[in-house]
Amino acid sequence: MGDIFVLIISCIFINNILLAQYLGVCPFMGTSKKMETAAGMAMAVIFVMVLAAVITWIINTYFLVTLNIEFLRTIAFILVIASLVQFVEMFLKKSIPALYAGLGIFLPLITTNCSVMGVCLINIQEENTFVQALISAIAYAIGFGLALILFAGIRERVMLGRVPKPLQDTSIGLVTAGVISLAFFAFKGMV
Amino acid sequence: MAKTLAQEFTKGLWEEIPPFRLVLGLCPTLAVTKSVQNGIGMGIATTFVLVFSNLLVSLLRDVIPSKIRIACFIIIIATFVTVVELLMQAFAYPLYLQLGIFIPLIVVNCIVLGRSEAFASKNKPVYAIADGLGIGVGFTLSLGVLGGVREVLGEGTFYGMQVFGPSFEPFTFMVEAPGAFVCLGLLLCLMNLAGSR
Repeated sequence: MGDIFVLIISCIFINNILLAQYLGVCPFMGTSKKMETAAGMAMAVIFVMVLAAVITWIINTYFLVTLNIEFLRTIAFILVIASLVQFVEMFLKKSIPALYAGLGIFLPLITTNCSVMGVCLINIQEENTFVQALISAIAYAIGFGLALILFAGIRERVMLGRVPKPLQDTSIGLVTAGVISLAFFAFKGMV
Repeated sequence: MAKTLAQEFTKGLWEEIPPFRLVLGLCPTLAVTKSVQNGIGMGIATTFVLVFSNLLVSLLRDVIPSKIRIACFIIIIATFVTVVELLMQAFAYPLYLQLGIFIPLIVVNCIVLGRSEAFASKNKPVYAIADGLGIGVGFTLSLGVLGGVREVLGEGTFYGMQVFGPSFEPFTFMVEAPGAFVCLGLLLCLMNLAGSR
């Protein structure tokens, strides 16, 4: 039980997927201008990341490793993620239209969100068991959502201020992200 | 085809230099630029994938049905990423270990998919190669510059060589995650300043 707690804390805060491992920065910059879009993206990522991590773990362990074709991992994983995103989109459209309306436009964007693929690869690299893989995927996804929503809140404020022209938009966004990253950096000594 | 081959190549070096002008592919930019060597290594790997995927996409542009083109592009890109991964494992193993999961992640680098979609799928193979090479070299240069700034300030070295005397206190902030964001933000600001003139 204690191990799981440590794993959760370390995935959310210490190894935060965005701010410490630099994965998923493109959607982070792209969808954080408004709080609603940030929240939508965060929800969509949590949903897809957990599913993708579970499925890729199963495929890697029972298919790629047993057949000795691990060199196809990159292709297999990206195909799984791309088709999963499509499938989730169709499924939500049919059965949970309310959720689909909320997540809608963010779902296709997730295919090129490197944090999803990144989490799948990290799970394989660290040789996590199924339970560890599942828990760390959930925790990483929460960490992503947390960072994204925090950042959107700050960015909304920054937009109201008077930013010098060359620094506007992405530039000040990156500097802001650096400051948040610095705050998360303080968690490093915890575990 | 108003532009010449040379123009297609050079636009990647300044006009559309990634990741500054096209704000794409930020993740590898931030993650691997702890040193010049890593930055350039990553840049070369990405250039390789860009050139070959652009070439293949351009050759197949009339065969690929437009409805499933994105899926086809991704498979093409993933194939070349696997090639790069295996090549690096064989010939540049230390660099391969340094870059870690960021090599397979070239697949989801938006620059590569972006060029396939925006350029290669509409142009002749020769132009597609010029475009891929230009964007790739531009990306390599950016990573090299960012890596250089971070390595000199954060470690006091450049390409592994000592630049300052022994009394230099390394500015560790720069090689850690927060420094990456701040450094890229400030470089972007400088680029905007230079470009607005």
